[in-house]
Amino acid sequence: MSKTSTPARSTEPVTAVPVRYPERWIAAGVILVLAAMFVHMLVTNDAFNWPFMADHMFSEPVVRGVWITLSATVLSMVIGVVLGIVLAVMRLSGNPVLVSVSWLYTWFFRGVPRLVLAVLFGNLAILYQTVELGLPFDNYWMAWLGMEGDARFFEIDTRTALSGYTAGLLALSLSEGAYMAEIIRAGLQSVDKGQTEAAQALGMSRGRVLRRITLPQAMRVVIPPTGNETIAMLKDTALLAYVPVTIELFYQLQAIGARTYQIFPMLVAACLWYLAITSVLMVGQYFIERRFNPGQHGSIRNRIVGGAHR
Amino acid sequence: MSEQIQEGTVVEASEGTGPPVDALVVAENVHKSFGRLEVLKGIDLHVRRGEVMCIVGPSGSGKSTFLRCINHLEKLTAGRLWVNGDLMGYRQKRGRLYELRDNEIAAQRSDIGMVFQRFNLFPHLSALGNVTEAPVQVKRVPRAEATARAVELLERVGLPDKADAYPDQLSGGQQQRVAIARALAMEPSLMLFDEPTSALDPELVGEVLDVMRDLAEGGMTMVVVTHEMGFAREVGDSLVFMDDGMVVESGTPAEVLSAPRHERTQAFLSKVL
Repeated sequence: MSKTSTPARSTEPVTAVPVRYPERWIAAGVILVLAAMFVHMLVTNDAFNWPFMADHMFSEPVVRGVWITLSATVLSMVIGVVLGIVLAVMRLSGNPVLVSVSWLYTWFFRGVPRLVLAVLFGNLAILYQTVELGLPFDNYWMAWLGMEGDARFFEIDTRTALSGYTAGLLALSLSEGAYMAEIIRAGLQSVDKGQTEAAQALGMSRGRVLRRITLPQAMRVVIPPTGNETIAMLKDTALLAYVPVTIELFYQLQAIGARTYQIFPMLVAACLWYLAITSVLMVGQYFIERRFNPGQHGSIRNRIVGGAHR
Repeated sequence: MSEQIQEGTVVEASEGTGPPVDALVVAENVHKSFGRLEVLKGIDLHVRRGEVMCIVGPSGSGKSTFLRCINHLEKLTAGRLWVNGDLMGYRQKRGRLYELRDNEIAAQRSDIGMVFQRFNLFPHLSALGNVTEAPVQVKRVPRAEATARAVELLERVGLPDKADAYPDQLSGGQQQRVAIARALAMEPSLMLFDEPTSALDPELVGEVLDVMRDLAEGGMTMVVVTHEMGFAREVGDSLVFMDDGMVVESGTPAEVLSAPRHERTQAFLSKVL
C-alpha cells in the first residue's frame, strides 16, 4: 500500500473510459428500421387516404360528436364520483343495511360489462312504457281502501325521459359509481386512524371528521386512479354508439366512413381524436394532483427515488 | 389517592347522576377489555382542578388506554368516568344508562384537549389551519378571531414564524408544539398528554416539555402519561404508577419516586431512573 494513493488527497480529475453498451446501438438501429417501414407504409398505402381524413375530421357533425363525448365524460364522472363517495361511506358506515346495499350495488355494476349495460339501458323503454312518480303499490292499497283513481303525480314517456343520450349517460355513470366506490373506499382506509382520533378529540362529529379531515386526505390517494378512470371513461363513451346515441363522436366517424366507403381513414381519425383529448386530460390531472399535495411540491421523482433535498 | 381529595366536597350523591367527588376527573372502577384481554382492571382516580397528574408504568400497563377512556376514545367496559361533572359517553336516567349520540359525545370532548404520541397533525392543513380548524368548525368562532387566537397560541408555543408551514416541513418537536396549540385553541378545561415526547429525538424533548411546564404553571389541569421522570418530579403534583391494568401506587412525585412502597414500583423505577 503506497501512501500516495489515498483518494482524499488526489486532486486529479477522473478520466476513466466509460462502460460501452454496443447492444444499445443495435437495438436503436433495429427500432429505427421498423419505424421507417411504418412511416413508409403510412405514406404509401392509399387506404389511409390522408386528405379525405383531414377534410372530414373537423366536419360539423364530428366536432359536435366531440362535444357530446366530452360532456358525457364529464357528467358521468361527476355523477360517478358523487355516487362513489356515497357508496364508500355507506360501505364503511358499519350500518348493516347500508353496507349490504353498497356491496350489492358494487357487485352488480362491476359484474355486468359496460357495453351490455349501455345496450340494456338503451332498451329500458321495453320494460316501462312510461316513467311515473307516485306512492308505491297504489293499484293494491287504493282498491282496498275503496278509493278511486291512482296515487301518481307525475308521468312521462320513457322514450322522452330516457333519450339515447340520457340512457347511455345513466349506464356509464351508474357503472362508474361502482368503480369509484372502491377507489374512494381504499382512499378513506389509507388515512391514518390517528387523524380521526385527533379530530374526534377536538370535538368534531363523525360527519365533520369525514368532510374536513378524512376525505381531503383520501383525495391524495384517490386522484391518480380517478384520472385513470376519467381517461377510461372518455374512451368508454364510444360505447354510447351501441345505445345508440347517434350524435356521439365514434358513431359519427363510423357513419361517415360507412357512407363514403372510407372506413379506415375515419377509424384513424377516431384514434387521433381520442388521443388528443386524452392528452389534454392528462395535463389536467397533473395540475389537480399538485393542487391536492400541499406541502409536498417536490417532484415526484425526487420523492420516490431520491434527489436534491429541499 | 384519598388524601388528595379535599374534605367535605362530596356532592350530588342523591340520584347518582353526578360524580361522587367534586374533582375535574373522577374515575370510578374503570374497566376496559379488548375482546378477552382485560387492559384496565378497575381504576379509581381523581384529578383536582389545576392538578398535574403524571401516570407512569411499563408499556402495556394500560396507561394510554386509561387516558383514552377519559375522553371516550375508548368505551369503558365497566365503571363510570366523569369530567367536569359530566358522565362521559352516557346519560343516566332513572338508574339506566343511555348511550349519548355522536354529536353529544363530540360536545363533551370539545372541552378536553388531547396530545398524541405521534402528533397526528392534519397533514393537509398548515400549522395555522391545524390550530383554527376546530374552533371554526366546532365552536363556530369567526375565522378572523380564530386566526388571531391561533397566531397568539403559536407564539406561546414558540413557533411564531411557522404559521404557514405544513406539518411535513416541521421537526417532530415543532409538530408536537403545534399539536399542543391545536388542543389549546378549543380552550379546554383539561389537557391529556399521551406520551407526548416518546416519538421525539432526544434533543427535541426539552422544547416540548418546556411548553408543558408553562402550561402547568398557568394552572391548566393536566393528565400526562410519560416516561420523563424528571418532568414528573419537577412539574407533577401527583404521580400514579400503573401496572397490569391497575393503580399500584400513587402520591406526590417525591413520595413515589424517592420512597416507593410497592415492590413493583421499586422494580420499575430501578429500571428507568
